[in-house]
Parts: sequence; structure tokens; C-alpha cells
Amino acid sequence: MTALAHVPTGSGQSAPPPASRRGRYRLLPYLLLLPGTAWLFLFFALPLLQLAAASLYDPSGSLSTGYAMTWAFSNYWDAFQAYWPHFVRSFVYSAIALVLALLMGYPLAYGIAQKAGRWKNLLLVCVVAPMFTSFLVRTLAWKTILSDNGWLVGLLRDVHLLGPDGRLLATPVAVVLGLTYNFLPFLVLPLYASLERLDYRLLEAASDLYASPLRAFRRVTLPLSMPGMIAGTLLFFIPATGDYINAELLGTPNEYMIGNVIDSAFLVRLDYPQGAALSFLLMAAILAIVFVYLRKAGTEEVL
Amino acid sequence: MGHEAPAGDLRLANLTKRFGAFTAVDDLSLTIPQGSFFALLGASGCGKTTTLRMIAGLEEPTSGQVLLGDRDIARLRPYKRPVNTVFQSYALFPHLDINENVAFGLRRRGIRKVADQVDRMLSLVQLEGYGRRKPAQLSGGQQQRVALARALINHPQVLLLDEPLGALDLKLRRQMQIELKRIQTEVGITFVHVTHDQEEAMTMADTVAVMNAGRIEQLGAPADLYEFPATAFVANFLGQSNLLAGEAAGTSGNDVLVAAHGARFSVPAARSRVNRGPVFLGVRPEKLHLVESPAQVPAGHQHIGGVVTDASYVGVSTQYLVRTAWGSELSAFAANSGAGRVLPVGAPVVAYWDPRHAFLLGREAGEDDQTTPLLDEPPVGVAS
Repeated sequence: MTALAHVPTGSGQSAPPPASRRGRYRLLPYLLLLPGTAWLFLFFALPLLQLAAASLYDPSGSLSTGYAMTWAFSNYWDAFQAYWPHFVRSFVYSAIALVLALLMGYPLAYGIAQKAGRWKNLLLVCVVAPMFTSFLVRTLAWKTILSDNGWLVGLLRDVHLLGPDGRLLATPVAVVLGLTYNFLPFLVLPLYASLERLDYRLLEAASDLYASPLRAFRRVTLPLSMPGMIAGTLLFFIPATGDYINAELLGTPNEYMIGNVIDSAFLVRLDYPQGAALSFLLMAAILAIVFVYLRKAGTEEVL
Repeated sequence: MGHEAPAGDLRLANLTKRFGAFTAVDDLSLTIPQGSFFALLGASGCGKTTTLRMIAGLEEPTSGQVLLGDRDIARLRPYKRPVNTVFQSYALFPHLDINENVAFGLRRRGIRKVADQVDRMLSLVQLEGYGRRKPAQLSGGQQQRVALARALINHPQVLLLDEPLGALDLKLRRQMQIELKRIQTEVGITFVHVTHDQEEAMTMADTVAVMNAGRIEQLGAPADLYEFPATAFVANFLGQSNLLAGEAAGTSGNDVLVAAHGARFSVPAARSRVNRGPVFLGVRPEKLHLVESPAQVPAGHQHIGGVVTDASYVGVSTQYLVRTAWGSELSAFAANSGAGRVLPVGAPVVAYWDPRHAFLLGREAGEDDQTTPLLDEPPVGVAS
């Protein structure tokens, strides 16, 4: 996971081998690339093309009667018109979840990286441990935690943070909490990786140069953790926006996100052209956001 | 912030730092006059860096005071002290360019217009035109100068230098030593320089304090420390010494009489730290001259017989080892000034010295001759 944050870009080759053996070795990198490329082509590029084609099929077709390729670009506009509130909801929920995750995750990553000492590895395992169980099981566990008869709701009712009939489950709060919880490790691990490399001597130098702890954080720690921040927010935000499990299990149709709509288009309504069009709209929206984000955050630090 | 405060000397009063049971700095007291170039010299682990960090505020003293003028700054947070540091690792901010690294201190104090000052500072350290580069694009020596500019731009009352030249190669180090001395003279700020390199300390500092085990062994001008060390540690840490174990038998006239290894010697009372009891009779290798027979020893000089066991030609001088009758090996440096010839290994020789160049130090009973240097470094006065 952490390796995602800093994959080496150069090949770092040493001196070229002697001329007689050079021919044999020249093809080696390509041979090594072959399995991965084939995999990517078969299971990513081809299905993507297929999906793109499906998004342009005649919407009046069905699985039983078959689909005709009519280059129906109107599918996109129709899908957007029908489901734009789900798009908005997806981005709003995952944005709120991201903010919550940053508020929790940054101090957590900082603490583990800089202050945990010999507990560092144990704490890291604690961050990753929930991932050992299935996503579904974890989310179902949250269903229990947030249930109307659960201790949490009882407690919140007792302290009057919730009304006597107030509930958490089947509300936007539950979905956002679920998203925050489920994707937190994706944010914490890259952040940890970059904070762990932070040289405390730089903070000493900042302090020596009249920076209070708060300013040293703002001027030194924060900018130096930007690569982890960017990698972490992307790894959090992208899957969270497309997620449908949390809305499905912790919400109601009123909290459904775009993922739920795509899920039902493919598996319930069997409207393949619409499902494919929605998928591409989601992809385009996320790419646009990531692009703007990287522009603003300074790609120099990540790439 | 700090530089408007009344200037003054830096005084450390009974400064102590303990890490658990280990005492890193032990009841240290000293005064560093304003505007001086002061070197704290010692082997690693002697407490010199801890002392520096306590002045900077990066380490809190267990007890004692750090006084600047008459203000005790020992409990101030580092960012509230009119003191800046050039770190051994330089600790340049990798995400900021050189301009912003140098301007860092000014900006944190809310100064908006920094460009002129930054330019002036970069030209002082001879790095004009490097402002837009990132630290990683600079060589070690250039980074070192950026670290210096970044500290100096704040006009601290005291500039602390923590082995700032340690990471540079020899030639660059020599160059930077001269540079640092020039800059210190130019800006007139008190420099406190921590180093384990005795040559560096001696070439740059007005005053050198030799530290050992958290205490100051001796403090003084470089020449005084070298010519008349106070302890055997200093005698061997600063350059090289031949220390012969002997017994002093009191003063006679202006001399202290010493019996060592069955012979009688004398040392001027003015060059004796003690005049009775177990002593070391010390002679620097370059003050030990070799001749072939006692008849050639000039009048008024004292001598020891021995056999040459090693002769190394090092260019400016030839370094001899002479084994005495009782088995100690003395070092003697003969300048290659044209006169004299190289003595072969195995030749019987007489080593003589002018008693006015000898010195007498206290010795713990039971300590034997010390004729090898403590550190594997070129002796002072030979390389230069």
C-alpha cells in the first residue's frame, strides 16, 4: 500500500553489460513487461472498450433482445438528467468523509510516525488490521454499532445529542461515517509514509529560526507531508465516491450514491447502456476533480 | 525580536545536563565575550554539542543558567532566543528554494520585504544567483554556506555552529575555515563553534575551550593551550606530546627539579603546573631534536639517549620514533629545511630539548609515559 505513494520512476540501471551479451538482455525488459501488459490489456483495456461501446448502444434494447450499436450519445445526457442528484450526493458524502478522515488520520499518522517509538509497528498493524476482514463484514458491524437499539444511539439520546426518536442508521450520517471508517487506512498509510521520513532536525531548525510549533507545522511539516497527503486523499476519495456498499447497508434509497445506481442499472434493471454511461460519467468527473486537485496541490511533489 | 535587546557577553553558569544517570555536561561555567570567536573542542561524546544545544534551547538544562548580557535565557523556547544555529546536517528546508530558506527567520518574525536582505546575505556567502535553486541542487559546501546565511540574516546575538564543516572534504574545509573567519570579522557577531577538529579550532577561534567528559579541561588562546597545556588530556588532544612519567622534587631557584627514569631534569617554574609529587614532563615532538652523540647537545639543553625505530618522511618534516632505554617511544619531528640528514632506523641517537620548551603537568600516581596521540589526526604545526 505504502509503495503506491512512491513508486520509483527511473529504472536505475547500472552500467550496460558487455557487447556480446547485450543482444540477449535488450529484450529482457520487454519480456518481463509482457505478462503485466497482457493482463492489463485483457482485463482492463478490453473491458473498458466494451463498456464504452455499451454506453453507446440503443437504449431500447435489452439483454434478451440484444443491443444495437446506434452511437446513442444521448444516453449520457439522459443518464445525467435522471441521476444528477446521486452524483452530487456521492461527491458531497465522500468530501465530508474525506475531511473527517483527514482530521482523524493526520494526527494519527503523525503520532505513529513521529511519536510512537517502539509501538510504531504495532499501531500500524492496528490501522491495517480491519482490512483483514471483508469490507462487507466491517460495514455490517457498523450496522450493529449504529442500530436504534445499540449503545451508541442510547448514549446520544441520553445526552440529548439525538432526540428521543433520533436515529443514526438509515441517515446520511451513517453513510458518511461508514465511508470515513472504511477508507481511513488508505489515507493514513501514505500519510504515515511521508511523515515517517520527516527529519525532526528540520523542525529544530525551524524552531531555531523563530517558528513557533504551530508555524513550524504550517511551514515545514505540512508542505513536506504533501506527497503523502495527495496520495492519501486520492486513494481515499476515488473509491469512496464510487462506493455503494455503505449507502446500501447503512442508508436508505434516500442516501443512495451513484454507485448504487450503477449497481442497479447493471444487476437489477439490466439497463446496460445506462449503467455504462453512468460509469463513464463518474470516471470523467473523478478525473476532472483529480486533475484540478493535482494542479492546485503541485504535482511536482508527487510525480 | 532579540537583536534590539542590550547586547552582552554569553555566560554559562553552573550549567548541567543529565540524561538519566549519564552526565553529559557537568557544572560548566564560562564566559564568552561579545564579538569573539569561541571554539568548544572535544572528542565525540564530551558534551560539547549538548552545551551548544542548551544555548540554542533545543535541550533543557538540568540545572544552571545561560545568560545573555544579564538575561537568563535557559528556560526560553528556542524560537524566543536571539540565537541562531548552523546545524551539522545543515537542515535546509528541502521544499523551499534558497531565497526562502534564507528568508525563513525574517518571515517568521513578520518581516515582509526580505529580498534586499536575502540578496545581501547571499553575496556575503558568495552565492549570488543561486536564490531560485532548491537545496538538493547545491553541493555540500554551497549548502553549508546557505545554512550560514540563513542563520546570519537574523543578526543573532550569538551564532552557534555545530561541526558545520564536518561533512566537507579537507580542501573545502580549509577554504570554509578562512571564509568563516572572514565573515565573523565582518559581521562582528559572537560565534560559538563546536568541533572535534583541533586544527579547525586553532585556526579560527580567538579562544578555545577543550572539553572532556562534560567539563572544561582548559580554556585559552590557541597558542597558550598548545605551548603550555594544563592537563595530559589537553597535551595529547591538541597536537602530540611526549609525556614522561616522573617525580617532582620541589623548586630550586626558578626551576622545578624532576627525576624520571633514573635521570634528572629541570623545568622552569613558570612552565610547571605542579612542583612536587608525580608529574609528567612534557616536550612537543617538534621541540625534540636529534643528534648522534651527547657531545653535540648544545649547552643548557637536556637530553635522553635512544635508538631510532622509525623514520617517516612526510614532506615538510621527517617524523622519528626513538625508543628509550626503558622502552618508551618518543616522537621527534625534524623540519626538512635542508640542513641535516635523515637518520637511519637503528641508529643510536640523543634526543635533546631546551628546558624552556618543556612543561610539567600533574600526574595520577601509577600513570606511565604517554607518547602517542589520543586521536589519529595530523599534529598541529606539521600540516600547515
